[in-house]
Amino acid sequence: MEFFLQPLTLVTFFPLLGVLLLFFLPSDKKNLLRWTAMGFTLGTLGISLWVLELFNAPNPHLQLVAKYDWITVAGWNIQYHMGVDGLSILLLLLTTFLTPISIFSTWTAVEERVKEFMIFFLMLEIGMVGVFLAQDLFLFYVFWEFTLIPMYFLIGIWGGPRRIYAAIKFFLYTMAGSGLMLLALLGPGIEGKTFSLPDLISSGGIPTNTQFWLFLAFTAAFAIKVPMWPLHSWLPDAHVEAPTAGSVILAGVLLKMGTYGFLRFNIPLFPQAAVDLAPWMALFATIGILYGAALAFAQSDVKKLVAYSSVSHLGFVILGLFALNPEGISGAILQMFNHGISTGALFLLVGMIYEQTHTREIKVYGGLWKITPVFGTVMLIVALSSMGLPGLNGFIGEFTILLGAFGSTAINNPWYAGLSALGIIMAAIYILTMFQNMFLGPEGSIVEELKKRGHVLRDLNRREIIIMIPMLIFIFWVGLYPKPFFDLIGPTVDNLVAALQTTTLALP
Amino acid sequence: MAIETLIIWLIPLPPFLAFFLIILFTNKNKMLSHGLGVGAAILSWLGSMFVIYKALTDDHFSAFEGTLKWLPIGESTDTWFSIGVMIDPLGATVLFFVSITIFMIFLYSIGYHNFGQPKGDKDQPGLPPHGATIKQGKGKSITVPSIEPLYARFFAFLSLFAFGMYLLVVSDNLLTMFVGWEIMGLCSYLLIGFWYGKKSARDAAIKAFMTTRIGDVFMLLGIVFLYTATGTLTFREIFTEETLAALAGAPAILGLSAAGAISLLLFIGTIGKSAQWPLHVWLPDAMEGPTPVSAMIHAATMVSAGVYALIRMFPLLTADFSGHGLTTAMSIIAFIGAFTALFAATIAVAQNDIKRVLAYSTISQLGFMIAALGIGAYVAAVFHLVTHAFFKALLFLGSGSVIHGMEHGVLHTGKHKVDPQNMFNMGGLRTKMPVTFWTFLIGGFALSGFPVITAGFWSKDEILADAWGNGHMVVFITLAIAAFLTAFYTMRQITLTFLGKPRTKEAGHAHETPWTMTVPLVILSVFAIGFGWVGIPEHFPVLGGILPNWFHNFVGHTLTHPPEVLKFDIVPLATSLVVALGGLGFGYLAYRNVKSPADDKLQISVLKNKWYFDEIYDFIFVKPAYWVSETLIYKWIDRGLIDGILHSFGTVIGFLGYSIRKYFDLKLINDFFSDGSARVTQWFGGRLQPIQTGHIQQYMLASLGLIIIIGGILLSLLVQ
Repeated sequence: MEFFLQPLTLVTFFPLLGVLLLFFLPSDKKNLLRWTAMGFTLGTLGISLWVLELFNAPNPHLQLVAKYDWITVAGWNIQYHMGVDGLSILLLLLTTFLTPISIFSTWTAVEERVKEFMIFFLMLEIGMVGVFLAQDLFLFYVFWEFTLIPMYFLIGIWGGPRRIYAAIKFFLYTMAGSGLMLLALLGPGIEGKTFSLPDLISSGGIPTNTQFWLFLAFTAAFAIKVPMWPLHSWLPDAHVEAPTAGSVILAGVLLKMGTYGFLRFNIPLFPQAAVDLAPWMALFATIGILYGAALAFAQSDVKKLVAYSSVSHLGFVILGLFALNPEGISGAILQMFNHGISTGALFLLVGMIYEQTHTREIKVYGGLWKITPVFGTVMLIVALSSMGLPGLNGFIGEFTILLGAFGSTAINNPWYAGLSALGIIMAAIYILTMFQNMFLGPEGSIVEELKKRGHVLRDLNRREIIIMIPMLIFIFWVGLYPKPFFDLIGPTVDNLVAALQTTTLALP
Repeated sequence: MAIETLIIWLIPLPPFLAFFLIILFTNKNKMLSHGLGVGAAILSWLGSMFVIYKALTDDHFSAFEGTLKWLPIGESTDTWFSIGVMIDPLGATVLFFVSITIFMIFLYSIGYHNFGQPKGDKDQPGLPPHGATIKQGKGKSITVPSIEPLYARFFAFLSLFAFGMYLLVVSDNLLTMFVGWEIMGLCSYLLIGFWYGKKSARDAAIKAFMTTRIGDVFMLLGIVFLYTATGTLTFREIFTEETLAALAGAPAILGLSAAGAISLLLFIGTIGKSAQWPLHVWLPDAMEGPTPVSAMIHAATMVSAGVYALIRMFPLLTADFSGHGLTTAMSIIAFIGAFTALFAATIAVAQNDIKRVLAYSTISQLGFMIAALGIGAYVAAVFHLVTHAFFKALLFLGSGSVIHGMEHGVLHTGKHKVDPQNMFNMGGLRTKMPVTFWTFLIGGFALSGFPVITAGFWSKDEILADAWGNGHMVVFITLAIAAFLTAFYTMRQITLTFLGKPRTKEAGHAHETPWTMTVPLVILSVFAIGFGWVGIPEHFPVLGGILPNWFHNFVGHTLTHPPEVLKFDIVPLATSLVVALGGLGFGYLAYRNVKSPADDKLQISVLKNKWYFDEIYDFIFVKPAYWVSETLIYKWIDRGLIDGILHSFGTVIGFLGYSIRKYFDLKLINDFFSDGSARVTQWFGGRLQPIQTGHIQQYMLASLGLIIIIGGILLSLLVQ
């Protein structure tokens, strides 16, 4: 019983109760199924807030640790080891926050096989929360792979017309990366006879050239997940075909697993390699920023546009992480959170209009602001947040990342910061062009077409407004007063950077 | 906290609250909405006046300051990004004109958007009002102006804009200044595109935002650079002797010092915001917005903010300036300013739209200020900034009044084809709209630098005197020619618009505008004249010394080392007189008898087409951008190359599976083993293809099996 009452165990496995309950509910009672899933995800959100309450921000170390032996064979040890610190607390909250929001967005969007959908969704949440809390390499791997299966089905069953192609591409890509990661994580495990991350870090001393190879192997897994250029090509397909709720979780949380992996494993485990390879990571990040932005500009499909913009935005996160200084890393963590909110909100909004029109072609829209004023206004705010307008959340993240990257001794080249700033200009271009084409101007052809079919475009309904309000609150909160968020992140990041400085040669 | 500091904190708040109140609650009620907007503008104005009064009555005034911790950042969580407010003499001066012009423009907007008029017959949100028909007795009906459909929204946006501007002025650091800067950029976008039903307005809005954003990002980089170099963004901490000396001594790139490089990066922000060449293209198109917007954003406040930012950074810009020979950064700034001043003036000469003339004139005048800063003429730049804000706001509001009057005429005749903004459709408005005429005349003369009386004369003269006195001949000559053209096109505008006889029926039926529009004109014209008198040079013949050169003393003390007062020289004064009077004279003579564009000898196509900059940019930036992103990167690299490699993996593996089946399975195994085992391998070989066809579950099983096997092998190795 003690095992289950640990706050971190509880927050991870609470949705499992929901899964079990859903198994026994009749498939045709759709609303009952929905509300059950909703209830359990809200419960998880509640527990995560309890975790936040217990979390002592100034303490830079792992907290609320739950640690049990799990598989003990021949002198080495796989543990059930969970813990939370400044690196993961925001992502935990982001996950538990976005999941009920996503479920609430499926109320009318998912009518087929509601029961299975909800079961997969709750399973997905277990995996995601587990990834952010696991402190044992093997346990982490288990959770990591566990997220793959429900997501595969969410895309493959409830997705768009090319869902099979997208699902397979998603699956194969991720699987290829995580296979390498599995091999790589056996390395330090064999070396130190343990998979416990804190133990591995504190024992230190993985030889420098081993570090290099292990770093690359982990990078393969994480870079695909982020996704970093040139491993990004699964993302647009997955996003376009995924149902709205899937896209929200994919962009909002699953991609963060990649950036989080860099932060949790690559940097502390292989500090020397991280420092040595930081310029390369910055290079790929910068290419990704510009490349993603250019692609976003070229899209005629609004969901693809948002998907490619994610490639661009996550490039910023990587750039911040490998600045390897407090500004860069704190900014990157906050930007992960911000991206989850802004891009999640964009996908939600796109989903809300798609539900009515069943098309994502930008050119059939036009003049939506006049027809649906509330929708237009919310879209404008979210779009501005996504392009980093000061006063909204995106700016704070991008600004601190640029501060970090510009002055970083690890990257040691301000040009990366300089070039990546061009991505901010390009963001303004593709987002405003999209807004202009869809929301301003003469009425698009879709309005006429819908009329023929007897539909009238409606503005956001009450449920949709309820979904958007918390997103908007975060957009303004982080933008206007980011202190509470940095307070959560800061001490752990300072600690991490201090440790980097003592264990590596290159950082002064 | 002293009372004045508290007030400074509060100055930006009323418009901010007004924005939210209007958006959330009063957007259905027009009277409440403009009440909130104007009320907020009055409150901020009162607060500003109080602070300025305190500053003026304080004998040892250097600055009012207050700070607040905002963003924790840096090595430990103890280091904070403080944000704060500061009003120093420069801040007070800017606050003075900003608060007055904002108040005036809010008031003016009520009349401009036809408050109190009926709803239009066919008016739609996103389009300008087309007029309403009202029935009078005996079955007669007349067309009158109709109220703007999005009246409340206009005041909400305008309030948000005012918030951004106040925030920028009271900021004591670059970060919140940048926040205000960007909020204004957003409002500019929203307000230029206010009539978003018009394609031209939408395009102009997006063009304005993009172009300024290019500058903004470089500015952001400058801010980041500055922070990296100094660890602070607060003006007070940057502008200490040690920090400036360190920045001046540190080399950056291309032979620039860090101070120079940062200044230039920040200056690119100014180029965008103040519409200097080569980022000037957005401002003329921005005239698609309602006229109060043009007056407020594109003449008096936002574009001035660009110059203000450069003035703020003046100590940094001149950190490695010894007083002799301009630094590289300063030369570049002086060149861009002077070039823009002349270049924009040549375009203004050939424009026929009353607002576009003013737009190019604004670009040109901002160029004067930038050039002044480039040659180190600090006080002159500030002086011209203030006087220009007054007279240019006046001119814009005047032009709005003219257009309004003309629209009256258009509604009367019902010929909607007649463009109420084309000056060739006007003429003779002097008698129809006397208040507008006289105030416009004052504004125009101030812009031309009409000697002694007008404010524009004193400020422009000071820039010329500075250029001459410090031996910057190229700048001096360029600005002098630009000043001549300024006077010339201003007189052309006045002549075509107000003098002579009405050239169209519509002009004949033009009508003076309501008091909410004319009162701001009158008030602004007082400043367009009177504000020059606070800065008459001490050694000016006859007048000098009657009034103390208060402005120079006051503003000069913003700097640690107030600039010296220049010796009087007759050459720049003579030049000012000649170009101003000469330009005005020529303008009148050349245009008093012009009836149509055909008579106008200056309708040269290269000038009319703005030196073809839009076309050039389209050719070298816009079109290639589409090609690069859509064809090169998306089609060829992303879908072609990257996905191509990926799909070839699938093909290769599929082929492998097929080959194994055909050459290994069928031949080897079938030949040697029984059918039973062959069927097993056939199943297996066939199942290697799902990678392409979609049976992923088996693959999962397979990989799980693989993992278990590898794990098992490793485990057994370890156990040994």
